[in-house]
Amino acid sequence: MLEVRGLSKSFAGFQAVGDVSFTVAQGSISSIIGPNGAGKTTLFNLITGHLPADAGQVVFKGRDVTGIAPHDLCRLGMGRSFQRTNIFPRLTVFENIQAAFVSHRGRGWNLLTPVARLYREETETLLDAVGLLGQAEEISGFLSHGGQKQLELGIALALEPEILLLDEPTAGMSATETRESIALIERLTHERRLTLLFTEHDMEVVFSISRRITVLHQGRVIADGTPDEVRRDPEVRRVYLGEKHR
Amino acid sequence: MMRRVPWALLVFLAAFSVPALASRFYTFLANDVIIWALFATSLNLLVGYTGLVSFGHAAYFGIGAYTTGILMKKLGLPFLLAFPAAGVFAGACALVFGFFCVRLTRIYFAMLTLAFAQIVWAICFKWNEVTGGEQGMPEIPYPSFDWVDRVATILPFVGGYRTSDYYYFTSLILVGVCLWLLRRIVHSPFGRMLTTIRENAERAEFIGVNVRRYELAAFVLAGGFAGLAGGIFGIFNRGVFPDFAYWTKSSEVLIMTLLGGMGTFYGPAVGALVLLWLNQQIVSYTEYWPLVLGVILVLLLFVFPGGIVGALSDLWRRLDRRRRHA
Repeated sequence: MLEVRGLSKSFAGFQAVGDVSFTVAQGSISSIIGPNGAGKTTLFNLITGHLPADAGQVVFKGRDVTGIAPHDLCRLGMGRSFQRTNIFPRLTVFENIQAAFVSHRGRGWNLLTPVARLYREETETLLDAVGLLGQAEEISGFLSHGGQKQLELGIALALEPEILLLDEPTAGMSATETRESIALIERLTHERRLTLLFTEHDMEVVFSISRRITVLHQGRVIADGTPDEVRRDPEVRRVYLGEKHR
Repeated sequence: MMRRVPWALLVFLAAFSVPALASRFYTFLANDVIIWALFATSLNLLVGYTGLVSFGHAAYFGIGAYTTGILMKKLGLPFLLAFPAAGVFAGACALVFGFFCVRLTRIYFAMLTLAFAQIVWAICFKWNEVTGGEQGMPEIPYPSFDWVDRVATILPFVGGYRTSDYYYFTSLILVGVCLWLLRRIVHSPFGRMLTTIRENAERAEFIGVNVRRYELAAFVLAGGFAGLAGGIFGIFNRGVFPDFAYWTKSSEVLIMTLLGGMGTFYGPAVGALVLLWLNQQIVSYTEYWPLVLGVILVLLLFVFPGGIVGALSDLWRRLDRRRRHA
């Protein structure tokens, strides 16, 4: 479904991502882990076209999509969420999701019909699925942090993606919130038969739901395999797990 | 449920009755206000809805004014052609300038809009053969209102006004139609896409919005409507002058938009009304209008960041809440 080949990116001489390759199989749940500054978010931004890569290729559904604009990638079926919560803060919760439907279904160039009635049903169904139907009319910027993360997931799902890239979906959440939100993500991924690729700092989450884990360290892949393989990898134990689970 | 009061219609009807009820002076002031209301509302499509601050919006106002002026005075074309031409040509210029502007963001975007506006101003100022240069183009003719006499033989109540009054009615209808169109646009799916760009351009890209293309479309629409406002204004002003496109005009319309409140559709129109009325009142007492304007701006930025309409709707909401709790 998604294949990354030799992706590299430097910022002013500092190599943030170096020669990273991995594949994500259709319908799988994969994750990218690594200590802070390992290059996870940069890697995401390279895959989703927010940053131009210095070298390497991104192949999505058999098609070279390296360097194409985010809005085009989005149409091809790649959805993403951001580490720093990324919603439309002064629109209502309802309007956030509705806007995603309007854009995705190509109605954005309609200048003269009222937007208010468009995609009501779809929006409400999706709000229900992510557990925000009760707060539909609230200004989204006033939602709790967890609520905003749920909303972001909803926006991504409105685009009917085939693959969903989530950058630290539980960043800044309490233990309970993390558990709930991972359960939600897992359920939606199964229900909608999505392919999921996410970065995460919470090891428990990563090892519990991932089928495949790629470990980044200083911009390079140091291990890539099933949770068991990664857990046993001596290099990983040394640079990463060792530091965390002393 | 209580039926909503059709405020827009009431205001329109009140404005329509100005020549019949008030002096010639107030008709003049009202005509000035409605034109600036359209100009400011067109700017708000950029500032308030798309989140793009233009410092050079007067360029399109000036281009529209010159287009209508030249077509009517030099080529003798009727207003019916010269007026839409103002919108089309201003929109076309906005397409060319905007193509470059939307490639930049924030302050760089604003500075480039200003630079293009100053180029427009310089062309108007120097191209004597076409624009009349520094002297401008006085004596733009009024549209022909001969047909009104013929209508008056059937409907006597439409007759008996001055040409300037008929022009006021014409302006009012045209501005009304333009505002109605703009209102539809901001409440359309397209308008919603613009607000997502204002709120979060990065996120908008990733719901599939081609941000630059939408920004350019907003720029062209805003320029086109500013051009229509300019087309009406040149005739109203009985002449077209280079300072229509000067940066002070761009700042005036920006101040109106902020004063009225850029968060609401009618805010800029209210801003136009208040600023022009204040200006008119204050210059009869003091020559220090710029000082007063400065004080208004400071108050605005610190006390009422939402502008007049923003402050009023806040107040309304608070009263409403108190009433419900009581």
